[in-house]
Amino acid sequence: MSLLSLRQIRAGYDARSVLHDIELDVEERQIQVVLGANGAGKTTLLRAISGTIARQGTIMFGGMPIDRLSARKIVAAGIAHVPQGRGTFADLTVDENIRLGAYLRTAAETRQDRERWLTFFPRLSERLSQQAGSLSGGEQQMLAITRALMLRPRLLLLDEPSLGLAPIITQGLFRTLAAIREEAGMTMLIVEQSANLALEVADSGVVLESGQIVLRDSAQSLAGNDEVRRIYLGYE
Amino acid sequence: MTLFASQIVDGLADGAIYASLALALVFSYRSTGIVNFAQGEMAMLSAYLVWQLMAWGLPLIPAVLVSIVVSFIAGALLYASIVKPLSHASLLTVVSVLIGLYLALNSLAGFIWTYTIKPLPSLFPKAHLQFGSFSVSAETAGIIVVVGLVLLLLYLLFETTKVGLAMRGAASTPDSAVLVGVSVPVMLLIGWGIAAALGALSGILVAPRVFLNPTMMFGVIIYAFAAATLGGFDSIVGAVVGGLLVGVVENLVGTYVPWIGPDLKIIVALVLIFGTLLIKPDGLFGRKKVVRL
Repeated sequence: MSLLSLRQIRAGYDARSVLHDIELDVEERQIQVVLGANGAGKTTLLRAISGTIARQGTIMFGGMPIDRLSARKIVAAGIAHVPQGRGTFADLTVDENIRLGAYLRTAAETRQDRERWLTFFPRLSERLSQQAGSLSGGEQQMLAITRALMLRPRLLLLDEPSLGLAPIITQGLFRTLAAIREEAGMTMLIVEQSANLALEVADSGVVLESGQIVLRDSAQSLAGNDEVRRIYLGYE
Repeated sequence: MTLFASQIVDGLADGAIYASLALALVFSYRSTGIVNFAQGEMAMLSAYLVWQLMAWGLPLIPAVLVSIVVSFIAGALLYASIVKPLSHASLLTVVSVLIGLYLALNSLAGFIWTYTIKPLPSLFPKAHLQFGSFSVSAETAGIIVVVGLVLLLLYLLFETTKVGLAMRGAASTPDSAVLVGVSVPVMLLIGWGIAAALGALSGILVAPRVFLNPTMMFGVIIYAFAAATLGGFDSIVGAVVGGLLVGVVENLVGTYVPWIGPDLKIIVALVLIFGTLLIKPDGLFGRKKVVRL
């Protein structure tokens, strides 16, 4: 059984509906990537899963329906959402951001996990007492991911982690995500425009167009698909 | 020299009172972006509550503690019943409602306790502490110590506890706070409760000096606004430093500038508000409103 299953999901903002009957399964320990142009509904899809917008349809997570839960309850159920633009607490220090990520965990778990994830992001351990707002874009993204991992989630939702980052930084970030998946068996659903780097670490992917899934395949086949290459990977 | 030193110390005591009310303003502003114009009137009611509890036979200290707890609950209720439902209303609506609340609370106090002044006993003995040639009243010293201790408690709450961290997170970036599992409305509720409790403290410290009456907070709230503006309105440290500065400046100007004297001292507050907004709108410690794209 899939860790996450979406059936006939519709969602949008006020009167404007963005997603139309989305069906999506995310398997345990897999990295799945959602490709799509601007406005295709990628961010809306993640928000529908994390309960930060109203949605209709069925969402099963670990065998439990979560489509009627509040965003806070979904966090408690084990879904960590790293929103677009990172959403770090700019006024708080790096260390406080990390500790706040473990708000629902015990003090012992917090200490243990903090050590563990900082080994993946050594740059952050040099900046623990700095204000999060003063970090570079790449460091803020690392912090946002660390904060999300501190929750001990079973599923990590990442909304355009590459946004605003130099390609070399993005590449390092995706490698770290792959390493985290290897080590912790973390399941991830990643929304990306920078498709080629995402497909390198992903197992499977879907292409979202105007709020509908138009293509689903293994990451390898998607990377080799002519149309995907032309539209999302920038090859002619 | 002794006159100067004692003006400074008296100024610090006044300033400590302004600081606690300014902190109350800053707390509600930081958490919800709303300036609670009724904060001073709520503080006035808290002071009346102490008087009422004592009239019913409670000793001073327990009456003060009960009043502070009741004020905390009242502040939380104000958030839940008026501020939260208005969270999507326009700023003008919210300001109008809070000014309406200001007038309503003021009239309520007059209705219940009449407009004749009532004495409220001081928390501190009528003694003087002597340090060599320098003497300071127990009340002045007591106010500074009490406010200092409350500030220390707040500091420990925000810097060392999990709920304090969550409150800061909820105030700074509510959208992200939800995503780590923090209940933002509960944090804001606590924030408004703490604000009301701090306001109560300022009212209870002021009342013995000016006598209880429904308009007793009028001057204090103006100074608190000056303190909060000077400090930057979203800075906790700023509110404290601003409060102390306003208190000291007010006392020095009142003593050494003959034509101002005690009657025109309130002008000092208005000049400070106006000057800060003109020269450095973000105040001494306020965050610059920068939007990074």
